[in-house]
Amino acid sequence: MPEIPKQPSVKRESVTRTLLVAFFVSLVCSSLVASAAVVLKPRQIANALLDVRKNILEVAGLLQPEGDVNELFAAVEPRVIDLETGAYLDDVDPEGFDPVQTRKDPKLSVVIPAELDIARIGRRSKRAVVYLVRDQGEITRIILPVSGYGLWSTLYGFLALEPDGNTVADIIFYSHGETAGIGDFLTKEPWRARWPGKRVYDDAGELRLEVSKGRVAADDPLAAYRVDGVSGATLTGNGVTNLIRYWLGDHGYGPFLKNIQGGGS
Amino acid sequence: MSSRAKRALLDPIVDDNPVTLHVLGICSALAVTTSLLPSLYMCVALTVVASLANASVSAIRKVLPASIRIIVQMTIIASLVIVVDESLQAFAFETSRELSVFVGLIITNCIVLGRTESFGSKNPVGLSFLDGLGNGLGYSAILILVATCRELLGKGTLLGYTILPNVADGGWYSPNGMMLLPPSAFFVIGLIIWAVRTWKVEQVEEAEFRIHEVHRTEAH
Ligand SMILES: Cc1cc2nc3c(=O)[nH]c(=O)nc-3n(C[C@H](O)[C@H](O)[C@H](O)COP(=O)(O)O)c2cc1C
Repeated sequence: MPEIPKQPSVKRESVTRTLLVAFFVSLVCSSLVASAAVVLKPRQIANALLDVRKNILEVAGLLQPEGDVNELFAAVEPRVIDLETGAYLDDVDPEGFDPVQTRKDPKLSVVIPAELDIARIGRRSKRAVVYLVRDQGEITRIILPVSGYGLWSTLYGFLALEPDGNTVADIIFYSHGETAGIGDFLTKEPWRARWPGKRVYDDAGELRLEVSKGRVAADDPLAAYRVDGVSGATLTGNGVTNLIRYWLGDHGYGPFLKNIQGGGS
Repeated sequence: MSSRAKRALLDPIVDDNPVTLHVLGICSALAVTTSLLPSLYMCVALTVVASLANASVSAIRKVLPASIRIIVQMTIIASLVIVVDESLQAFAFETSRELSVFVGLIITNCIVLGRTESFGSKNPVGLSFLDGLGNGLGYSAILILVATCRELLGKGTLLGYTILPNVADGGWYSPNGMMLLPPSAFFVIGLIIWAVRTWKVEQVEEAEFRIHEVHRTEAH
């Protein structure tokens, strides 16, 4: 049981004293927190960048446990594209492209029409950086940044496609705020392993890829487009379906992927 | 070291352990102990916060009006936790990601506020620091024990190094997946409390009521 201090002196309990103590404690604590945030910011940003690169290398199939991430990353080719036309914008330096900043800039971003905004993103940058992996000049993987709302939080990840622009090579989610033990199946290896080989569009060009509710039945005619869901966490799985549907649709990377399928470089 | 200081530091490790005797701080002990490395970071984080918070509250104990003492203590604890959390994100990025919200939740860990309120607000700075340190170490001792059991039995590894080679990799040990789920931490903590109370019988609590045979006439 907390003890009430014995008979506090009148002075100690005065209103002025209370306000003064509260003021000074707040002042000291806030300066402490603010200076820690400012001093540590650059390191945190560097860590976050390194982590993004590591995840890109992971879906590129280029990550080596002992290798230096920044050195390995030199093998990946970042390219800025215009999402509306799907064309490469070679005069824009991918190094200086900050998707977070451009998304906030009204000139460089667009509001996603409500009926298209299934992934609940709100607005997106007009441009995006995609990452190409090449082997002797030939593209071997196309890596697309994707994001969208799950149940509680925005999920951020990378989807890697084969050079046909239609077969999933890999997927990774590197940031989310779903419930640990329920919605965090996204970051687990067994679930990730169900993706490679799944197809995105059917022969008619219809976008079919999705996370199903529960396990995909063996005789499901659409099994090639469906990834097993996790029961008890259907809503996070729906979030993944929605972000795939948005980003691979006509308002997302659709035009870019059509160019790729049409044989562009 | 004076005997009082020694007691403030060492008592919470076994004789007055915050987890096994007072059964505090269980939530994070369940959540972060699936493997040893994040648990070690969690231990350091809690120990730093507990000792500095206790010392800081003690430093202002003579001017602190009773009417706002809890909120002031919470402000100090919360600020320290934010600093520790930010530092982890800067210097131990991967682990901080694994610990996710649990570092932030040190703010609500009853061990920290429990010590500042019951000890720091009544004792000198040095002694309060040692008391916070001791309680942090007591919490750490349990966390490390639980995490060692869980990682070893659940994955056959310690700090990521293989100790018991898995059947899947051609070894002989077949990992017990249940050890990686939260309930197993309950079992392990329960077993530890049982072991400690068998060794230190004086920690066994007085039963709050006794079950006695009900006589037929009493039952109506
Ligand atoms: C505290 C709490 C946290 C939850 N977190 C998630 C979550 O992160 N992701 C998720 O899909 N469902 C979560 N759920 C469950 C959903 O509310 C919902 O029941 C579930 O997604 C439905 O899936 P099912 O139809 O396969 O049972 C949570 C539920 C509770 C009570």
